[in-house]
Amino acid sequence: MVEQIVQHAMEVHGEAWTIKELFVLPNEYIYWSIQIVMYPFMTGLVAGAFVLSSLYHVFGVEKLKEIARFSLVFSFALLPVAMMPLLLHLQQPFRGINVMMTPHFTSAIAAFGFVFSTYGCIVATELWLVYRKHFVVTALELKAQKNRGMVDSLRLMIFTGLTLGAWDISHEAIEKDHKACKIMAAIGIPVACFLHGYAGFIFGSVKANALWMTPLMPVIFICSAVVSGVALCILCYVIVQEFRKIMAKRKISRWAKDADAPTVEELEGAKHMEVMMASNYLLYFMIAALTLEILDLIFRGYTQVKSWDILREVIMERDFFKIFILQYAIGNVLPFLMMALPGRTVRRTTIATVLVLFGVFMMRYNVVIGGQAFSLSFAGFMDYHLPIIPHNLETYKEGLFGALTVAATPFVLFYFINKFLPAFLKEESTH
Amino acid sequence: MERRDFLKKCVMVVVGASVPLSALTFVDPKKVLAANPDIQWAFLVDTNKCVGCGFCVKACKVENDIPLDANVTRTWVERYVYTKDDRRYVDSPKGALNGYTESRIDLGKGEFKEIDPKNVGKAFFVPKLCNHCSTPPCTQVCPVGATYKTDDGVVLVDRSWCIGCGYCIMACPYAARFFHPVLHVADKCTFCYHRLSKGLDSACVNACPFGARRMGNIHDINDPITQIIMNERVGVLKDEFGTKPQAFYIGLAQEVR
Repeated sequence: MVEQIVQHAMEVHGEAWTIKELFVLPNEYIYWSIQIVMYPFMTGLVAGAFVLSSLYHVFGVEKLKEIARFSLVFSFALLPVAMMPLLLHLQQPFRGINVMMTPHFTSAIAAFGFVFSTYGCIVATELWLVYRKHFVVTALELKAQKNRGMVDSLRLMIFTGLTLGAWDISHEAIEKDHKACKIMAAIGIPVACFLHGYAGFIFGSVKANALWMTPLMPVIFICSAVVSGVALCILCYVIVQEFRKIMAKRKISRWAKDADAPTVEELEGAKHMEVMMASNYLLYFMIAALTLEILDLIFRGYTQVKSWDILREVIMERDFFKIFILQYAIGNVLPFLMMALPGRTVRRTTIATVLVLFGVFMMRYNVVIGGQAFSLSFAGFMDYHLPIIPHNLETYKEGLFGALTVAATPFVLFYFINKFLPAFLKEESTH
Repeated sequence: MERRDFLKKCVMVVVGASVPLSALTFVDPKKVLAANPDIQWAFLVDTNKCVGCGFCVKACKVENDIPLDANVTRTWVERYVYTKDDRRYVDSPKGALNGYTESRIDLGKGEFKEIDPKNVGKAFFVPKLCNHCSTPPCTQVCPVGATYKTDDGVVLVDRSWCIGCGYCIMACPYAARFFHPVLHVADKCTFCYHRLSKGLDSACVNACPFGARRMGNIHDINDPITQIIMNERVGVLKDEFGTKPQAFYIGLAQEVR
């Protein structure tokens, strides 16, 4: 028993999943593992979802109206999850708040807390402006009810609180909301880009790492963020609409029993239009992201600085399958063709979005893990073995199940947030 | 109060307040000391003298409470072997904790390579440790300021404030940092600051039987270390990163990274 404890204490962070080959310096391990892959992936989804919603709010792309509202709510559900992987990977998670207490501003991470909270406030404000009328209407409806049950009383309390005392829903007041919402969305776009571009900066500014260090990194991250965010919104939108279709057909939900509930055909029509429109934007951003990534690769190969020998071996040989097959072929080229070729359908687009999400995830993986696949001595390699069956807290946190926990959380949150901020609302309750 | 008076008084208050405030920055004692501190610690490694016994590694681990069995270390020794057929082999099993008692090269993944002694062109050992850079990238990236550089040039970690994000470990081009296996915070060589401040040598310097490791005050022109650094040909590791390392090497080969 004692021996076991001693043995456990001796295990160095990173040792459980790092295999060293040839000459690797004694202190080198893959310190940033799967959670740090999840971090830019999740932040990217947040930023991308927000950008999609802003296309409607700021630029007035009317066709995106429904998916825009959905994206905004979903972006809010994703928000807390962007922070989760960071906390999970900290060796001292209870000291995480120190970043806010004594921020050291020469560090790229130090601003995270502030950028993140600013962004959270903007999304929350925008949501409140969009849903204020809904809060007021619901609260008034509940108030008018004579015999309220426990649940309805609770709902009344929550909705009354959510109105923040602003009960005016006259036409002028709603117009004002609309204007304010537009301003918030306009401020939100640069902040969302900053939030994610700076996640790219965290990697791009590490001069010790030959693969990460490039000024293109923040831009690449922003583009792929928008790609992944838009793809996830389309995917979730289609899935939710499918559920709604089933509900509308069988009349199982509260809203489906309403007299003026949308019919199956209406839902199908709306879905088709929104998906086609959003996937166009997805294509544009994919072109930008792919161009920059390839540019970076070509530039490295052409300039052939000191690190190129080892980078070439990692990129072209050891990680060839992960980079060129999984990331570029399956995650980029294939979905691009699926969406760009004529005769595009919703089903084909939906499958493409799944591939796109996978491609962006692989890009994060190849950057984060690939950047640690070679030694600083340039004479050795490190192999990453994702812990699957956890045998202690660390291998859970930094293993497959830890990553899945992070990936599943936004959907759970969305379910609850959707109770109060319904992503699909009838026209009159919002604007 | 008239507007004119109000504005006048405003200007007076601003000017009046800014004078003592600017005086504070003028005479900030910390800055004055940092600009010209009496002491600036530097390390000197004579690679020609190192035989790879690993005493320094052991002494360091014992002195600084780094578990002996843990596969991380504040200082380590690398072995370079060049064969006559122009191949290069490098290893550092357990950071040379137990010294180089075997001639075979550790290739990782449990594989070893035996080299015919007749085929060896040149071979040497290189001790390594934190370079206590003048412009350390590790302290720059710490999000909470838990790692910092002292006025006498030593980079330290505040174990009570480190959040364990690992950014400093990533930022160090020398892989001098790691997570302490028991305390779970970033850890690194301190030049044995607790010994230095008492006028003692660091543990590794003390343990080296051949005088391959030495320390000195680079701001003292009469210090023998300063004399060597000034008068002899010394090199530093990876100067391309612009970190201005304060660990100097005699007999540094270009292949050593």
